[in-house]
Amino acid sequence: MSARAIGFSFAQANGIIGGVIMVVVVAAALIGMMWTPYDPLRLDIMARLQGPSAAHWLGTDEFGRDVLSRLMSGARTSSWISLSTVLFATIGGTAIGVIAGFLRGWADRLMMVANDALLAFPGLLLALGIMAVFGASRNGIIIALGLAYMPTVVRVVRGVVLSIRELEYVEASRVMGNSEFVTMARHIVPNCIAPITVLATSLFGWVLLAESALSFLGLGVPPPAATWGNMLATGRPYIGQAPWLVIFPGLCISVTLLGINLLGDALRDRLDPRMRR
Amino acid sequence: MLRFVLQRLAMAIPTLLIVAVTVFVLMRLVPGDPASLMLGDLASAGQVEALRKQMGLDQPIPVQFAMWFGNVLSGDFGRSINTGQDVLPLIFDRFSVSATIVLLAVGIAALIGVPIGMIAAWRQKGALDLGIITGATLLLSIPSFWLGLMLLLFFGLQLGWLPVVGYVSFGQDFWAALLYIAMPVATLVLVETGVITRMARASTIEVMQLEYITHARAKGLSEPAVLWRHAFKNAFAPTWTIIGLILGNLLGSIAVIETVFTIPGLGRLLVDSIYARDYPVVQGCLLFIAGIYIVVNLIVDMLYPLFDPRVTI
Repeated sequence: MSARAIGFSFAQANGIIGGVIMVVVVAAALIGMMWTPYDPLRLDIMARLQGPSAAHWLGTDEFGRDVLSRLMSGARTSSWISLSTVLFATIGGTAIGVIAGFLRGWADRLMMVANDALLAFPGLLLALGIMAVFGASRNGIIIALGLAYMPTVVRVVRGVVLSIRELEYVEASRVMGNSEFVTMARHIVPNCIAPITVLATSLFGWVLLAESALSFLGLGVPPPAATWGNMLATGRPYIGQAPWLVIFPGLCISVTLLGINLLGDALRDRLDPRMRR
Repeated sequence: MLRFVLQRLAMAIPTLLIVAVTVFVLMRLVPGDPASLMLGDLASAGQVEALRKQMGLDQPIPVQFAMWFGNVLSGDFGRSINTGQDVLPLIFDRFSVSATIVLLAVGIAALIGVPIGMIAAWRQKGALDLGIITGATLLLSIPSFWLGLMLLLFFGLQLGWLPVVGYVSFGQDFWAALLYIAMPVATLVLVETGVITRMARASTIEVMQLEYITHARAKGLSEPAVLWRHAFKNAFAPTWTIIGLILGNLLGSIAVIETVFTIPGLGRLLVDSIYARDYPVVQGCLLFIAGIYIVVNLIVDMLYPLFDPRVTI
């Protein structure tokens, strides 16, 4: 087998591994909605800070709550927040990007100056600023991260629109007498779907990481609700006596991110012809 | 040359202005009146009114913005509500801590990641490449704050080799500073090496597919000559841009690492001020970090021609 053939199957294998990881995470989140070994919020002071055992597979936290149950409940919270945020950022960003790319002229230029300025906020900064206004809450995070990542979507979508709006088939649609709106909806938006899918996959990873980071900083979902990020934050003071409190939530974040990254790479290889090699 | 610099500077001005407007508007959206926030609950209506007048809060919003932005440009970022300290010196003080960590980490990560990424690209689809790309993907999937906690658990608590919390500046005691900074820097190096390696690999592969590489090979240049003189040199330019972006981005999210290792940096100042509802400090930090990010990108752009011979200024 040539090196090239091995590489090809390696890329595919990675995509499959990524997919399997994501299926497991989603399954854990779905099961967590209906059933967890213990009530993730039930306090049991007698059983606080117990190591992993047959009764509590992944141990208990400083209030005696079952870590596995909280991780499952956290999977649900974190994936729900990430999914909502990605939808919010993607739909909003696509709408703005398509309109900007289609209008061109001064309206487009104005939107892009504003967009670029929002992109000038590095990393978590814009989200931190928005959280300062809204305060730590579930919806606050979705709004903050959605607004923080929307400019990236706008940028990508506008680029795609600009690259296809002058193509002959778009011109043909106009010549046939279709309105600008129909042309946009029928011929331009569908061509944005592949790059948006690739972007949305990466976005899901970024948002999950950002949400964990915000929760870790105490600016995310407030306790007692469990997210992987706030479990890390509340477990941190006990790192010496109960290391499982920080090991397992972080492991969950890392494995999920790995799954998304592998899946994202595989999707990019398949869907983005410019990246295909 | 000068023309390019001036043009690039002129392009940064509207960005900076809109960033300032965004920060200003955000802080205005905060529920509650800044004057009564500053005076606390016990102040009388008359006192609040007087302070509102003094702060210019009775003026129309655009006037307020102009006044505030004028002050910012002259280096007056206002005062902390809680401590009464001037905001800008406070920011500079904390910034030196964060900047030390970020610069060291990104510098080391680039020195490791760029060559490794290029080697991977050179051996594209070989076993070495697959190993490197797998390692890099694993590294960049680990959240920095968790990796930090794991290093802390292992090297700090289990082995007891390194101090667990705190910060000593290099000016105070060089060797102690090195010990304190080792784990935060190592954490960021590990994560960012993953990112930089992948980027360096991708841009090298892109260059290696170009015709002039085939041409260089066809005219009988040795493989090292092709790689060194033609491929690597051109592949570094896009990586350089990414390194600049990483530098700025890390400043925006350094708070998590500073939280793990209890380091008094700029990120921690921002988060603590958000908790304390100390809005002048929050505002100052947001503006300062965004400003630094813009300046870093400006510098990266200006140095770009050093790495990409096709671009001259």
